[in-house]
Amino acid sequence: MSIEIRHLHKQFGSFAALRDINLKIHAGELLALLGPSGSGKTTLLRVIAGLETADTGQVLFNDEDATRQHVRDRQVGFVFQHYALFRNMTIFENVAFGLRVRPRHSRLKNQEIHERVTHLLKLVQLDWLADRYPHQLSGGQRQRIALARALAVEPKVLLLDEPFGALDAKVRKELRSWLRRLHDEMPITSVFVTHDQEEALEVSDRVVVMNEGRIEQAGTPDEVYEQPVNPFVYEFLGHVNLFHGRIHQGRAWIGDIEIDAPEHAEAEDLAAIAYVRPHDIEVDRFLNGDSALPARVSHILSVGPVVRLELTREDHQDRNLVQAEISKERFRELQLAKGDRVFIKPRRLDLFPHQSH
Amino acid sequence: MSTFKQHSVLPGFNLALGFTLLYLSLIVLIPLSAAFIRTAELPWPQFWATVTSPRVLASYQLTFGASFAAALTNAAFGLLVAWVLVRYQFPGKRIVDALIDLPFALPTAVAGIALTALYAGNGWIGQFLEPLGIKVAFTPLGVYVALTFIGLPFVVRTVQPVLEDIETELEEAAAMLGANRLQTFLRIIFPTIFPALMTGFALAFARAIGEYGSVIFIAGNMPMISEITPLLIITKLEQYDYAGATAIAVVMLLISFVLLLIINLLQWWSRRRNALA
Repeated sequence: MSIEIRHLHKQFGSFAALRDINLKIHAGELLALLGPSGSGKTTLLRVIAGLETADTGQVLFNDEDATRQHVRDRQVGFVFQHYALFRNMTIFENVAFGLRVRPRHSRLKNQEIHERVTHLLKLVQLDWLADRYPHQLSGGQRQRIALARALAVEPKVLLLDEPFGALDAKVRKELRSWLRRLHDEMPITSVFVTHDQEEALEVSDRVVVMNEGRIEQAGTPDEVYEQPVNPFVYEFLGHVNLFHGRIHQGRAWIGDIEIDAPEHAEAEDLAAIAYVRPHDIEVDRFLNGDSALPARVSHILSVGPVVRLELTREDHQDRNLVQAEISKERFRELQLAKGDRVFIKPRRLDLFPHQSH
Repeated sequence: MSTFKQHSVLPGFNLALGFTLLYLSLIVLIPLSAAFIRTAELPWPQFWATVTSPRVLASYQLTFGASFAAALTNAAFGLLVAWVLVRYQFPGKRIVDALIDLPFALPTAVAGIALTALYAGNGWIGQFLEPLGIKVAFTPLGVYVALTFIGLPFVVRTVQPVLEDIETELEEAAAMLGANRLQTFLRIIFPTIFPALMTGFALAFARAIGEYGSVIFIAGNMPMISEITPLLIITKLEQYDYAGATAIAVVMLLISFVLLLIINLLQWWSRRRNALA
């Protein structure tokens, strides 16, 4: 089922949680709503679920207006951050709940309920826990049961609110890839909320980055990571280095480096900030040919396949640290040590005119 | 002895246990055992005759019957009051919340006199009930009214915190799975608050059984009709029949103990099924 959101606005007192949200979610897609806390991502999810009503705007399911539809009739599965399992019921009864509360005429026979619940418990690989109570389960197990419970009513849409937020790092990683596999097997239109950019990029088909009640960018994980549309998205997704510079009629200067900036052809001597990912910084011992920025190695972290360098710029008064990531081979080739003088050069960068605030 | 002692980071286990036992003995066990010892002065046939005389039997029936009915009423309406206080916002809510504790604080005799004045044939409420053929003051119904009054805070105060603790997420989850309000209440909320409700019920019930002050004014104390057991005990004491008084007290004690034990078992059973996460 596809979901369309049109001009959604939601106000909590003087705080605007959602401002003119427009979004299309395709059928069978796994979409991540990513943003810092207070960005409106959970509110948006709850409006889609019908747990919250928007002040203005529409939510369409399969092109039909569902804005006024009751939660019960939306056929939406919801998974809460803190599981919200019914603690007075066994795991089996938790999963069966949605089937048991159906009106009598559409209720399944006991035998069928039993089969479906057993099937779902097998799907989440926890059929051996059927007779336990929620408090006897670990966090990861509880969240899988919560997912099985949501799936039991065969929802057209699955909504997950920070589903792995309360779990420890290892379990979170496991469940992440498990959710991805589950979605590949059972492609229900799914939306999940997270503030963890790694999680969003790893699991989803498409990422929607939100901030202050607005959508900053929507796109595939590659698009939002490689081509962020604005400084916020750049800074929110992964590490990034900031270089202050100027742009003038299609040219940009950062320290001694001069680069083409055709997208800023109209700029008239503007302050600008260049955003460069750590792995897009070239490090060399000598100045070969064109210009580069002199820096000193202030810290080396060489655990894993990638070596992380912290560099202090020598040409710059505010001496801000630059993070660079180079491969282990390159690191050996350069034979770097702490305190060495190097030259750095951005391989790829994005320029944004400086907003003075 | 050392097998009893579990190693704990908290010091003073021996001292604390000793103090607890001493305190419990002084305050509860010694006075209670005195009742048993006093009763033992009576030869068995006489004891049996005292505790099964028709007047005493009638008083048991009234005391336990009215207490049970009052506790049941409080369980139902106390739950309602707690629900309203937890779930809704309205002006004067804090005042209403404070009023709940009034039956705790009010001297019971004052409550009894006030209730009698209200429900007597010429009282504010009694004058409207009388023509309908409903007599409250000086009847068993009056006993029930007084016991309901003093028991209300027990239920409200035990259920309230548990209701406050129920996450709205549970109700949202139930709604998302297609449950209507009634199903959500019966299957999710009620089982969660049931142990607390039982506690409130047991406390209100126990309090009602021992209640004296507020009842004797409104009951009229007619033998065989509106005479409660605590009053009979007082009557016997006034006649210097200490053994007779303690005999009735012992029977009351045993019945109360058995009833509270049953309630506790019920609670234990439901709490086990509803273990907290």
